[in-house]
Formats: sequence, C-alpha cells, structure tokens
Amino acid sequence: MSGRVHLAGEGLRKEYDRRPVFGNVSFSASAGETLLITGRNGSGKTTLVKIICGVLTPGGGTLSLTTNPHDPSRDRRGLIGLVSPYLQMFDEFSAVENLAIAMGIRGLPFDPRAADALLERVAIFPRRHDQVRTYSSGMKQRVKYAFALIHTPPVLVLDEPMTNLDVEGIAIVRTIMAEQRRHGILVVATNDLSDIDTYERRVDLDEGR
Amino acid sequence: MKAASPPFRSFLRSAGSVFLKDWRSELRTRYAVSALLMFVVTTIAIILFSLGSEGASPDALSGMLWVVVFFAAMSGLSRTFVMEEERGTTLTLQLLASPGAVFFGKLLFNLVLVTGLNAVTVLLYGAVIEGFVIRTMSIFVVTVILGSMGFAAAATVIAAIIARANTKGTLYPVLSFPIVLPLLLSVIEATKKASDGAFFAEAAGEFQLLISYIVVVVVASSMLFEFIWKD
Amino acid sequence: MVLKILLGVLLTAVIIFGLGLPMSPHPQAWYELPVIPGLGEKARIIFFHVPTAWLSVVAFLTSMVYAIAYLRKRDLSYDIRSSAAAGLGFMFCILATLTGAVWAKFNWGSYWNWDPRETSIFVLLLIYGAYFSLRSAVETEEKRAALSSAYAIIAAVTVPFFIFIMPRIMTGLHPGAKGDPEGAGPVVEFKMSPNMRIIFFSSLVAFTLLFYWMFTLRVRTAQVEAHNHQRG
Repeated sequence: MSGRVHLAGEGLRKEYDRRPVFGNVSFSASAGETLLITGRNGSGKTTLVKIICGVLTPGGGTLSLTTNPHDPSRDRRGLIGLVSPYLQMFDEFSAVENLAIAMGIRGLPFDPRAADALLERVAIFPRRHDQVRTYSSGMKQRVKYAFALIHTPPVLVLDEPMTNLDVEGIAIVRTIMAEQRRHGILVVATNDLSDIDTYERRVDLDEGR
Repeated sequence: MKAASPPFRSFLRSAGSVFLKDWRSELRTRYAVSALLMFVVTTIAIILFSLGSEGASPDALSGMLWVVVFFAAMSGLSRTFVMEEERGTTLTLQLLASPGAVFFGKLLFNLVLVTGLNAVTVLLYGAVIEGFVIRTMSIFVVTVILGSMGFAAAATVIAAIIARANTKGTLYPVLSFPIVLPLLLSVIEATKKASDGAFFAEAAGEFQLLISYIVVVVVASSMLFEFIWKD
Repeated sequence: MVLKILLGVLLTAVIIFGLGLPMSPHPQAWYELPVIPGLGEKARIIFFHVPTAWLSVVAFLTSMVYAIAYLRKRDLSYDIRSSAAAGLGFMFCILATLTGAVWAKFNWGSYWNWDPRETSIFVLLLIYGAYFSLRSAVETEEKRAALSSAYAIIAAVTVPFFIFIMPRIMTGLHPGAKGDPEGAGPVVEFKMSPNMRIIFFSSLVAFTLLFYWMFTLRVRTAQVEAHNHQRG
C-alpha cells in the first residue's frame, strides 16, 4: 500500500493576533517511526497538528509530505488521517454513513466490507446503523478512529489519543498505533507519556521559551 | 463523450458527495426547508394584510415578490455553512475535501434550495395576490431561473464569510444586500416587463446582465473561497 | 514637507477662488466665472462635492488592491493599508452624500431623488458599512484580514454591474446626465470655462493629495497601535 513515506517540517512558525504561538519548529519522520509532540497547554500542539494536516497555513517555514512511489490519486488530504477531541462527526448520520460520506467526499471508492471490518475493530459494529448523535463520547472517539483509518492513510495523526476512552478502548487504540507504526508514520500529540510506549522522534514545543 | 481526466472526475465526485451529504442531512433534519416555507407563508400573509382590499399597481407587486424572495433567501441560505461551523464539522470537511469541492458542493445545494424555494414562492404569490398578472410567461420563467442562480451564487460566498464571523444572523443580510442589489434590480425590471406583456426580446438586456453577473460572482467566489475557508 | 506645503497652498487657493470669484452671464475678465444655466451660484459646489465623490471611489479601489495584496502575501501591513483606505473612503463617501443632498435640496427640491449617481453612492455607503460591520465581528486579526479582503473583492466585482443596470431603470438628474433637460454632456467638458476647469482640476489634485497624506498618517498610527498591542 503506502510504500515509503516521509514527513518533514522545517522552521515552522505561527502567529495569532501578532502573538507568536511557536517559532522555528523542525522535525522529520519516515515510515516505521513515531513522532511525538509534547508541550504544555497553550504551547501550540493543536496548531502544529492542524498545520501537519494541511488545514492551517503556517506563518512561515515549509512542510513536506512525500510518498515513494508517488500516488497521483491522493493529495495531501488523502495521505493523512486525524483523530482529535475537536474533530466532529456528522452526527445526524450513522457510523457507516459517516465512513461512506468520508470516502465519497475524498473522491475515493467506498467498500462497505472494509467499513464493517473497521467498525468491528473499534467495537462499534453492533450499533453501526444508529445515528452518531446517540453515541456516548467514548463511542464517538472510537468512530473517529474508523473515520481516520478508512482510507488507509500512510500518516496517522492522533491528538490526545486516549480522550474519553475506557480500558477496552485504550487497548484497541494501542493495537491501532502499533499497526500504523509497522507500515507508516504515527504522529502523537499528548502530554501524557503513558499513552505511548516508544517513539523515535520528538518535538518539544516548550523548548526555547 | 470523452472520459474526464481522473483528477477532475474525483473533483466532481467529491463536490457531488458534499452536495449529497447536505441534501440527505436536510431530508433528515428539515432544518432549512420548514423554516423557509414558514417564512414565505408569513411574509406573503403580511403583504396580503397590508394591502387589504386596496390592491397595488402591477409594478409594485412585481417588486414585492422579490422582497419576499430576498428575505426568505437571507433567512435560509447561510445554513449550509453556519451549520458546519456550529456543529464543529468545518474541520472535518477541511480534512476531507479541497476548498473547490466544498464550494461547488455547497453552491449546488444552495441552488437546489433556492430554486425550490422560488418555485413555491412564485406559485403561492401568484395564487393569492390579486393583481399580480404575468403576461409574458417566457420572460418570467427565465427570470426566476436566472434569479435563483444569481441568488445562490452570491449567497453561498457571503454565507462562507459570515459563518466564520461572530455575529452570524444579523450580518448576513447586511453583507448580502449591496452584493445582490444589481441582481435584485435586474430581476425586478424583468418581472415588470413580464407583467406588462413585453416581447421576449425586450428583456434580453436584463438576461445578459443576469448571466454575466452569475458568471462573474461564481468565478470570483471560487477563487476567493480558499482564503475564506482555510484557517 | 513639500507635499504638505503644496497641499496647503492648493486647498487655500481652491477655497478662495472657488467660493470668491464672481459669476457673470457673459464672462469678460479672467477672474469671472460663467453662469451655467439652471445652476447659477449653486455650481460652486462642484469644486468640493465632485472631489469627495471621486475620492470615495479611489479609496474603494485602493482598498481592493491592498486586499488582493494581502491575500497573496498574507502580510498584515497590507490589511492595515486596505482598512485605512476603506476608512477614509467611508468618510469621503459620507461627505459626498451630504454635500450632494444639500445641493439636491436647492436644485431639485428634495434631499434625495434616487438618481443613478445617488443610488451608486448609496450602494457604496452600504458596502463600506457592511465592510466595517464585518471587521468588527471577527476577533482574530488574520481571520479578520482574510474575510474582509475577500468581501472587499467580491463587492468590487459586483459594483460595475450598476453602471449597466442604472440607466435602464432610472433617468438621471445630475447635470450632464442623459435626462438633464439643460442638455447632454458632462458638465466638466462642455460647460466649464477654462478658469473653472483650472479650479476644478486643482481641487481634484488637492483632494487626492489630502487623501494620500491622511492615508499615510492612518497607516502609520495603525502600525504603531499594532506594535503596542504586540508588546502589551
């Protein structure tokens, strides 16, 4: 599937209202590696995550995400999956419908069996046809994992990965993280180092303050 | 028919899916449609009450039809972006689709919504307002269609802007009015001609203006949308 | 400095000559202004009213050009220029509306008549008003800059349509407009004597310089404010 993938940021910075959030952040990671982003509240973890996902333009610096071989049917959005507390599902639709919508809007073909398998994996399967608005917050968090993985992205970005999850949920997420590390890049933004066993690369946003 | 190139086909699929998502969401929640219909009914009722048994000149009645349409559109067309912002799904869409696909998907949704709305408004208005007579039906039909397209075009980009501001509801008509005024003046003029029984060719000037307005607004908004949508 | 002296001299001259020179039906001497039929002494307002209207348009275009520059470069100093131009444009737009309305009362009998140019300036007022309501409704500076720039550009591309639609739906009352009973043709070209033209064009130049000076002042104060905000 994803082949070689490489993610690199060089001299990234961002300001809001002329106040710097962070300045001069650099990192790089290749397939098989985990990039850990840490920093106290307000240090810009979420801002950096959004820049990596391509939904926020950095105030300066460059971000590159390359795959080898190059796949022209996937742009930057197709290479990344995101799970975060501020990401919301379309909650008047069911979990399955959300996955179908996601693939449709990405312009990719939707495979119902793949979706069922993923929902089985995050243990949402029995309630996959209920509207997401009826789910508990932990269940919503699980749906987000299916949502982030349905297009098998080479880069999986997790912001506060364990939010709202119970013991079972945490175990599921640990397997997902281990698997992602096997074939792609895992990016984790958290302050809770117990969320993560090993990492190869680290960005500490508190440095240089 | 030559097959479209893969990136363009995936763009169409993407924009189409954005439209379908909004469409099915609307069928499920009936959020915009029910509010819009009630708005149209109430406004026409107010016009009926204020006219009483007096009646008004056909020209004034042609103008008032578009007053109803303008305010109804202003109450419903911002929904497509404001809902995403309120429910926090803006980020979700940003992750999934290119700004262009989002824009054209939403534009299509607004076009369908406003065309349906205008059809209902026109039928209702024609049925209950005495003295509102259309003598040249061809002019009127083309006017309503082009007018709907123009409204959808202008309303979509303004909705995208106000969805990202703090005071959404009140700002929408304020920002929209100067933008849709050329459109409004043209459709009112064309409706007067339809009501006077002018020949189709006599309204050609208005139609040219409406078509160029639609083209200019759609092109400009699709270029600007990325800056409005991102960040 | 040179600019300010030039500006002072020009504006003073325009005020003195524009208001002071006598009018006569058959001007002989260089200092006599001709009487334009139907306007009389009321014609003097052209030296002040037209430049304000001209500047409200110039400021609008300036604002749009800087809005495009902001979206291309994402440099907030362009947004400062764009909003400074819009602020001045708003002011001149109000002045043009007021001077026009006063003149209209004496010449056409009422303050407002919905003549094409009155309608145009009214639309421009609405756009300026909408632009500033939008700015005050957005908190983050970068977002405010991007949204208001986009709005200024959208507004600018729809404004030209008025030029085509206006003559179709209303007849002009302004001197020189098609519906003017006194005859066709712009006042400036056909009815002004050479000395009037000198005053008129000096006034245009003087007002434009005034705009430029006020514009640089506003940009500088806004930059200082932004700088203080950054440090505070």
